[in-house]
Amino acid sequence: MNTTTISTDGPVLTPAMVEQIKAFFPRYPSRQAVTLPALHVVNEHLRHVPLQAVVEIAELLELAPAQVQDTLSFYGFFKQDAPHGETRAWVCRSVSCAIRGGEAVLDHMCQRLGIHPGDTTDDGKLTLEFGECLGACEFAPCMLAGDDLVKNLDELSADKFLDTLGVAPSSKKNKPSLTDEKK
Amino acid sequence: MAEYYEPVLLAQVGKPDSHTRAVYEQAGGYRALRKALTEMSPLDVIEEVKTSRLRGRGGAGFPTGLKWTFLPKDHPGPIYFCLNADESEPGTFNNRIIMEDDPHQMLEGLIISSYATRATTAYIYMRFEYPLAYRRMQAAIDECYAAGYLGKDILGSGYSLDIYIHRGAAAYICGEETGLIESLEGKRAWPRIKPPFPAVEGVFRKPTVVNNVETCACVTHIIARGAAWFQSIGVSPDPNNPRDAGSLGPKLYCLSGHIEKPGCYEAPLGITVQQLIDRFGGGIWKGRKAKAAIPGGISMGLLRADEFDCPLDFNGPSKYGCLGLGTAAVVVLDETVSIVDFLHNSARFFAHESCGQCTPCREGTSWALKILERIKVGRGRLVDLDLLLEIGDTIGIMPGTTICGLADGAAWPLKNAIRKFRDEFETYIRESNPGGYGDTTPVPSLSLQELTLLGSH
Ligand SMILES: Cc1cc2nc3c(=O)[nH]c(=O)nc-3n(C[C@H](O)[C@H](O)[C@H](O)COP(=O)(O)O)c2cc1C
Ligand code: SF4
Ligand code: FES
Repeated sequence: MNTTTISTDGPVLTPAMVEQIKAFFPRYPSRQAVTLPALHVVNEHLRHVPLQAVVEIAELLELAPAQVQDTLSFYGFFKQDAPHGETRAWVCRSVSCAIRGGEAVLDHMCQRLGIHPGDTTDDGKLTLEFGECLGACEFAPCMLAGDDLVKNLDELSADKFLDTLGVAPSSKKNKPSLTDEKK
Repeated sequence: MAEYYEPVLLAQVGKPDSHTRAVYEQAGGYRALRKALTEMSPLDVIEEVKTSRLRGRGGAGFPTGLKWTFLPKDHPGPIYFCLNADESEPGTFNNRIIMEDDPHQMLEGLIISSYATRATTAYIYMRFEYPLAYRRMQAAIDECYAAGYLGKDILGSGYSLDIYIHRGAAAYICGEETGLIESLEGKRAWPRIKPPFPAVEGVFRKPTVVNNVETCACVTHIIARGAAWFQSIGVSPDPNNPRDAGSLGPKLYCLSGHIEKPGCYEAPLGITVQQLIDRFGGGIWKGRKAKAAIPGGISMGLLRADEFDCPLDFNGPSKYGCLGLGTAAVVVLDETVSIVDFLHNSARFFAHESCGQCTPCREGTSWALKILERIKVGRGRLVDLDLLLEIGDTIGIMPGTTICGLADGAAWPLKNAIRKFRDEFETYIRESNPGGYGDTTPVPSLSLQELTLLGSH
């Protein structure tokens, strides 16, 4: 369910964001082609793309809001209901990482934080997600945290990563276990 | 195959500041661009690339020069060049290494290729998960503008070109060339029915060429060293098969999984899986034995350990029942890996990445995953294996039921894993579900909670 309502308190796109988006116009022969760049601009600033931003992007690109929303929703990448954490991290679950223990490390991190994959911690510091192959399989298992690739991830380096972020465990959610499969 | 081979594509990788123009030019960089723009016509460049018999490195292996000739003659333009840097095939990371460590090598090839095809704008469609490659490529582009290698009237040749990076948003299907085009246009990345092929009607409904990062890197060296040099490497076309285009030139092989020294290595096309493991990989990790390997990204299927003499050229893997060479990314599975787990992992990827446009692919990949989840948690039935094979045999371009090749890529691991490791699946089902095997009554689906525990959603 989408809980975002269209804001009545005016625009969510700041003039700076609008300028950044407009800077893409000369690159393409169509305004619609600026959809992904615009979504990235907003996402970079707001850590999500609320519905009101979609409406405003559509106006800038001379599209129906539904066209922008259609594209946004195709890519699972953009969150809409609430911002992701200050850091967004993807732990690779594809083959090379999985067979070298990637999923077990993600399980460990989730247990420690008391969250499920995909969740944001209560303190808003971290959103921890699954990723498909990050194109860094020579460092499997690996994690992309913001712009930083954490290579050869294990419980030790995962703990160090969480310590550095200073992220606190969340209390409200059930502790999941990925490896607790009924075999 | 020659015992010793001097890397060309990776020659600069690992050297200090190899990503900068200064270092690239010290090593002879941008001489090929100068040569192409001042001494060769666009047709000369196309002829040279055709003569080299370069085939695309992005997965399909289509002859590059031939693809360029499909562009309409005397088109008023604009013509677009799309560089496919979406690299998302599990196991594959060679494009990332080029873009991070030697971006100018690829950029030079991209400018030459755009010149040959008379493109006036080139878009680099890069997956979002490559932040360092993005920064390095953008810096390299900026350096090229500053040096007069991009922009108006490049090197006084009268040819003008702009290059822009377009960042993706974490969707594998954007690597499929027409999915890429739709995504670039700002739409959902639903691949298009072909024809029309992109060369005739591509991005913004204009003639468009889509080529891979490594393909463009090869173009640089073909112009610098000549087509004859390129042809002297790799596997020549089979003289008894007029349709064989051969497997010529150097290739970047990605080696990962249960291997002592994972990495990206360069070798002439045609090296075998075993040679790759022995020569570069330092053997199977922890001194264990290999059970299987993926020959070219997960979409290509599986080789058993006794099939490691498979040559990694454009014809080799299909002779062993695999889909093809794909991205030449080899992932080694050691003897402790359960093939059931492997196939579940593969099915999960494709169910997640199917764009949902074609019913056989959308439903086939999601049912394959559901069935494999059921097998994995001990509720499998022997008939499930035939059900999975039926899905594998009926989805894809090859059986003619889908628009793009993602479905073929989903089908091949299913077919190969079950046909090559059927005993292991049967034993797993018998042992994990002793009361149930052979039973054909429907099994209740897993609860949402159980599915979440398996990390599938
Ligand atoms: C599902 C799917 C994903 C693909 N992903 C990529 C990719 O990430 N990079 C790439 O270069 N080609 C990819 N391809 C192949 C492209 O469609 C296209 O053949 C290729 O970019 C052409 O370039 P080349 O001739 O230089 O290889 C993919 C194909 C399919 C069916
Ligand atoms: S085959 Fe699958 S991924 Fe390709 S267009 Fe059809 S539904 Fe989409
Ligand atoms: S499989 Fe994890 S980075 Fe490629």
